[in-house]
Parts: sequence; C-alpha cells; structure tokens
Amino acid sequence: MDMNKDLVAASATPLVLAILAEGDSYGYAIIKRVAELSGGHLQWTDGMLYPVLHRLERQGHVAAKWSASENGRRRKYYRITRQGRAQLAAQRQQWQAVDSTLRGMWMEACTV
Amino acid sequence: MTTVADRPIEEQIAQWRAYLRRRQALHGPDVEELEGHLRDQLAALTEAGLSGDEAFLVAVKRMGSLDALSREFARAHSERLWKQLVMAPEADEPAKTSHAETIVVLSLAVAAALAVKVPALFGHPINPNDELPLFYARNASLFVFPLLAVYFLWKRGSGVVSGLLLALPFAAGAVFANVFPFPKGSHTEVLTILHLPIALWMAIGVAYVRGRWFADGGRMNFVRFSGELAIYYVLIALGGFVVTLFTFMMFRAIDMNPDWFVAGWLIPCGAAGAVIIGSWLVEAKQSVIENMAPVLTRLFTPLFSVLLLVFLATMAWTGSPINVKREVLIGFDLLLALVVGLVLYAASARDPQAPPDFFDGLQLLLVVSALVVDGVALAAIAARISEFGFTPNRVAALGENLILLVNLVWSAWLYACFLRHRGSFAVLERWQIAYLPVYSVWAALVVVVFPPLFGYR
Repeated sequence: MDMNKDLVAASATPLVLAILAEGDSYGYAIIKRVAELSGGHLQWTDGMLYPVLHRLERQGHVAAKWSASENGRRRKYYRITRQGRAQLAAQRQQWQAVDSTLRGMWMEACTV
Repeated sequence: MTTVADRPIEEQIAQWRAYLRRRQALHGPDVEELEGHLRDQLAALTEAGLSGDEAFLVAVKRMGSLDALSREFARAHSERLWKQLVMAPEADEPAKTSHAETIVVLSLAVAAALAVKVPALFGHPINPNDELPLFYARNASLFVFPLLAVYFLWKRGSGVVSGLLLALPFAAGAVFANVFPFPKGSHTEVLTILHLPIALWMAIGVAYVRGRWFADGGRMNFVRFSGELAIYYVLIALGGFVVTLFTFMMFRAIDMNPDWFVAGWLIPCGAAGAVIIGSWLVEAKQSVIENMAPVLTRLFTPLFSVLLLVFLATMAWTGSPINVKREVLIGFDLLLALVVGLVLYAASARDPQAPPDFFDGLQLLLVVSALVVDGVALAAIAARISEFGFTPNRVAALGENLILLVNLVWSAWLYACFLRHRGSFAVLERWQIAYLPVYSVWAALVVVVFPPLFGYR
C-alpha cells in the first residue's frame, strides 16, 4: 500500500511522541518501532526522522541528551517533556475525531 | 584493480560523512547523529546476512535523498540557512526567475525614486536653499514602504486580497501623517516623523512572512532581514556619499552648480530607491556578506558591557548624580533600545539547542548593567518630573523606556533561568519575537493619539 506523502508527514509528530511516551529512545530505535507498529505500511526514508525530532526539540515537546551507547559511540537520546505529553494528548483527540468521522461514514456505506 | 565496492566499509562511511559535512544545513552533531543511525542500520543488515557493501548500499538508500534531507534540516533550523542560502530548489514551488526579479526590483526602485518627486508637482518643491519641508519627513516611509510591501507580495506570491488588506495600514498612515493641523515647531509633529516608520515596519513584516506572522521562524527571519537591510543601507549610503562628492567636484570644475540636482534629485530619490535595492540584495545575496548583524553584536556586546560597568563604578566612586537635562531621558531610551537590539541579534544567530556558554553570561551581564543604569536614571528623572510637567516628548520617552524596561527585565530573568539550566534558549527567543508588535503598536499610538491629546503642540 502506497501511503499519501502528506498523510505520512502529518502522522509523524503524534507517532514519534507516542513512541517516546513509551520510554526514552533514539533515532534508529524509533524508526524500527514505527516499522514494527505499522506492519511496514508507514515507510519513512530514515533520514527524515531527524528533522522531525529536531523540530520537536525546538518546540520544547522533546528534550535530547547525548550519552554513550552500547557500542561505545556517542548517541543522542530523546525524552518526551511534559509539554510534549500535552501536545500528544491534543493530537490524539484530533486524530480520533478524524478517525471516528471517516469510520462513521464508511460503516454507513457498508450497511446501506 | 580496486572498485568502489571493494573498499573497506570504514572508508565508505568516511566518504559519506565528508559528503554530509559539505551541506550547510547540517551541523557537526547532526552528521554524527546520522552516522550513528547509519552504523546501527549497517550492523542490523550485516547480521541479517548482507555483505558489507550490500549493507552499505541499502543503508544509504534508506537514509533517503540528501537534497531532500538537507532541505528538511534547513526547515527545522531556519537560522542556519541565513548564512549561506544553499537550499536545493524545491520541485513543487515555481521558482521566480532571477531575470524577472531584477526587472521587478528595478521598476519598483525607480517607482520609489519617482514617488518622492510626485509631491513637487502639487506644490511641495524641494528647494536646495530652504530647509526640507517637514511634509517630506512626515511622509518619508510612505514613499517607499508600500512599494517594498509590493515587492514582498510579488516575491512570496501572495494574493490580491492580502495585498488590499496590507494597503490599509499604509492608507491609515497617510491619513494620520497629513490630517493633523501641526503648527510650526510642533513637538508632536516630530514625534509623528519618528514613530510612523516604526509603526509601518510591522506591515512590511506581515508582507515579508506572507501573512503567516505566527508560523515557525518567520518573525525571526524578518528580524534578521531588518538587521541586514540596515547594514546594506548604510553601505549603499556610503557609496551614495562618494557619488555626491564627485558630482560636486566635477561640475564645479566646469563652473556649474549641481546643488539643485543633488538636493532635489540625487539624495531624495537615491535614498528612496536604495531601500528597495537594499532589500533585494538582502533577499538575493545573503551569502555575499555573511550575517553581519550577529558579528557586530558579538563585537559590541563586550564593549558595551565594559562601558556600562565602568560608568556605574565611576558614578558609585565619585558619587556624582545624573545631571537631568532634557535629552537625558531620550539618551537612556536609546541605550536600552541598543541593548535590546544586541540581545535580539544575538538570539537571531544563536543555535537555540546549544548549551549556555560564556557569551550568554556576558549578555546577561550587559542586560543587568543596562537595567541598573536605566534604574538610576529613571530615579533621577522621577525625582524631578513634577518640576518638568508632562510634555508630549517626555510622555513618549517615558513610555518607550517602560516598554524596553519590561522587555529587558523579563529577558534578564529568562537568561538567568537558561544559564542555570532551568529553561531553554528557545523561550528567550520566543519572548523576543513575541514582543516585536509591542514596539509598533506603541509607535502607532504615538502617531494617532498624541497629536490631538496634546493639542498638536
């Protein structure tokens, strides 16, 4: 299934925030988790995650810290902030509204 | 024979890293982060059974196009773009050809130059032997700013409706600059002359950010634009000065007097056209002069900190009070405005994610010492305000002092939080840009309310 580009871009923020709400993480692990959660439907080019993360950091939704990783290199870990959780809750409501609207329409179409 | 595929993996990674480093939008830590990702990906792929080279090809491919990537990075960090405009042209945005832009800019500059001469047709001539009529000073911004707004409307592809909406502030400016019956030597008239450009500059800002005043980064880019334009304008004015000198020298050599041409055409028309040309240069040639405003900030922040501290120390040592004269309040207003400018331009060039450094401490020192100096001056003025009474100049100067004081007090607080790792620099940046409309609103207030309030005196 080929997803619409705008849809993928729009879902990036809530998806990243939701994954970070599960626990602190870093770029590569986030990408892996997205692929896992979406069953491969949501395919990002890997690099595109980083501008998203940096934008969220700038907006104060996530905080970042460099620490050592298991392979000895430095790695940038991201953590969701309180403001980020509020943003996630707001986004969640918006997506649920979209989802329930579409769902309602398509259920109706099925029953007719 | 060795081919690309034979080279060891480390060498390929190094080459990829060097390639990334050449991108202006990507900074060292970003490259490091992306390289970490590439290595994680490589490890996973080799574990899955791919050979080193195969894994490298797949991992790089998954990273995506570097053009698209650096474009996204540039969007997320718009302050980096300012240095060198290397954004790869976007496929889905129609690029305005530079040829068309040159023509538009030149026509607008000529239009601005001619606009200055239009009032001469209706009984407001510029005479080299008389003083410049105040009519020109009152309307100075109205000759140029609307055309500058037109340039940005064209450049950003804004619609007709937003163009008409933007005409409103200029129309209001024209009305308030000319409708009041100012007597000769009126103070409120001078206040109008000084404040109208500040009020209308906001309208230029709206045109610059294409009406999306609250969108990410737009306002900060406008602040950067304003600073760079001021610098370009000074440079162009220096050039114009040289042209003027040569005009005098050469025509006097053949016993002709070029006064009427220089005073009536060269200086006023040049000053108007230079605003448009300067804006175009800032827009088009940002890479030629790299980020001058922040460089000047870095130079003058330490100098002004030292100056203020020495001043405070001298005052404490000698115990001599501030001699409250007429210009003192305005002088301290200018001092605060300068410090706000230094803070603003330091913020505009700073990477908001970088940790606090020495320069941030210096900024805080500068702000705090400016506050102390201003506090001392205000106390001295307040002690004698009953003696002065309230004149329009004094109310305007006090109001401005208050506005700048509020900005600096809160900036100092945010700087202190940031230095103690209690807050991020982005908060300070947001405060500074959120405060921008306050200056324009106050200036508009001075233009609209003060003349009738003080009986046009």
